[in-house]
Amino acid sequence: MFKVRMPKAYRHPSLDYRLRTSRTIREAENLHEAKKAAVPTPLVYFVDMDNATLVMEYVQGPRVKEILDKLNHQDRVKLCEGIGMHIGQLHRASLIHGDLTTSNMIRLEEDKVVLIDFGLSFHSHNEEDMGVDLHLMKRVLDSTHHFHSQEAMMAILSGYEKIVGNQSSLRVLKKVREIECRGRYSGERL
Amino acid sequence: MRHPFCLGIESTAHTFGAAVASGEGVICSDAKAAYVPPLGRGIHPSEAAQHHNSKAHEVILEALKKSRIRPRDLDVIAFACGPGLGPCLRVGATVARALSVYLHKPLVPVNHALAHIEIACLTTGALDPLVVLVSGGHSAITAFAARRWRICGETEDITIGNLFDMFARETGLATPGGPEIERVSESGGDFIDLPYTVKGNDVAFSGLLSASLRAYGKGAALPDLCFSLQEVAFSMMAEATERALAHTEKKELLLTGGVAANKRFQSMLESVAKDHDTRFYVVDRKYGNVQSKNAESLPTSELGL
Ligand SMILES: Nc1ncnc2c1ncn2[C@@H]1O[C@H](COP(=O)(O)OP(=O)(O)O)[C@@H](O)[C@H]1O
Ligand SMILES: [Mg+2]
Repeated sequence: MFKVRMPKAYRHPSLDYRLRTSRTIREAENLHEAKKAAVPTPLVYFVDMDNATLVMEYVQGPRVKEILDKLNHQDRVKLCEGIGMHIGQLHRASLIHGDLTTSNMIRLEEDKVVLIDFGLSFHSHNEEDMGVDLHLMKRVLDSTHHFHSQEAMMAILSGYEKIVGNQSSLRVLKKVREIECRGRYSGERL
Repeated sequence: MRHPFCLGIESTAHTFGAAVASGEGVICSDAKAAYVPPLGRGIHPSEAAQHHNSKAHEVILEALKKSRIRPRDLDVIAFACGPGLGPCLRVGATVARALSVYLHKPLVPVNHALAHIEIACLTTGALDPLVVLVSGGHSAITAFAARRWRICGETEDITIGNLFDMFARETGLATPGGPEIERVSESGGDFIDLPYTVKGNDVAFSGLLSASLRAYGKGAALPDLCFSLQEVAFSMMAEATERALAHTEKKELLLTGGVAANKRFQSMLESVAKDHDTRFYVVDRKYGNVQSKNAESLPTSELGL
């Protein structure tokens, strides 16, 4: 399949070109980096930087966004644990996904998940950045899967801890809490 | 049956405002007085609070008089309970509470951000929009779902209003910075590369602020810098908005808050809305901006400074 980053009419052309090309390169590089960290991602076949286009393997399956709320409790927990383990594998390799939403995860079968959309990903050893990654995940669960957000997040964290270990996990979780307190609305959630 | 009437009191930042509204959503009157800080300085919270203290009675009386509703015919006293500047908020809360006790009317605290959103929905007719709230106190993208306003994205550090005000202050432009930067940007047009930070659905502006000030220090032309600062900051918000639209699949997009008055930002979001088959609404300046035009044009002596 082709992933083409189309120009956005609302953006200044220079800014638009800069963002589209840099994200295309990042995505290609980090899809590959993730694979090295044992996280399933589509294979990249070709990069056309000037046209901000990636040619990559097509992954067959529904996005987690579509199925998360439809699964039974047990399957949901299993799926989310798997997601948490993949996030842990990325972080253990100092890779921050940068856009952990349920639209960027495709379920293959049972509890197997492929991560996609690495355009905002980057390398960092910083626990703050890992905290932001998890914070975004939590935010997405709260805003679009509110009926199961707590259960899903707990399962994700338990998978995460399995990979990075108890100590690291606690440190990153502390960051998540700090980030939440900094947010203007987290305390009151509007 | 007569409508219930509400007296609302707002003192979240530099303006003390009072209005009477009916249960049907008719705004019967609207009065305000704004504290204007000296050129080149931000709001000093306790000075603003002093200003509000001295103006509260006049503003409230004006709102009541214009509405032709007698105090005893009011049904509810509401006030903005935050977020905002502590000392300023306290003035509104104290006055509202005193009135409520004196008149035996129930007191209703209202979240500042919710007030921005509700007045925008009321006056534009939007029913179930994705809301982009941009002002000195907020930079958030929010939508109503399952009985709550839920944050889809927000700033992780300063607000877009802070960004413009701090930039204006450091470069000698008048504050509030937003309108001034918009004006100056119109004579610029060369795009200067500045950092663009979108983290998932969130944005962050402090890197953009320091890079812009660095560029200014190195002699970049102010009009080009204002132009580029706006381009980058608004593009970040527009991208976050686009993502939230895709995720929530809302069919209405509503822009509100003081920064909603910016023409460039309006045109960007209009373009985003069009791409997503979404109706676009912008709040009227009068209900988006806490600073009223006529208060701004009063000589400072009349504001008790
Ligand atoms: N390799 C792939 N295989 C199958 N579907 C994909 C693949 N990559 C993307 N998609 C689909 O396209 C959608 C958008 O792609 P994504 O990479 O997330 O781009 P965007 O930056 O627009 O979110 C995804 O949510 C998914 O449904
Ligand atoms: Mg995506």
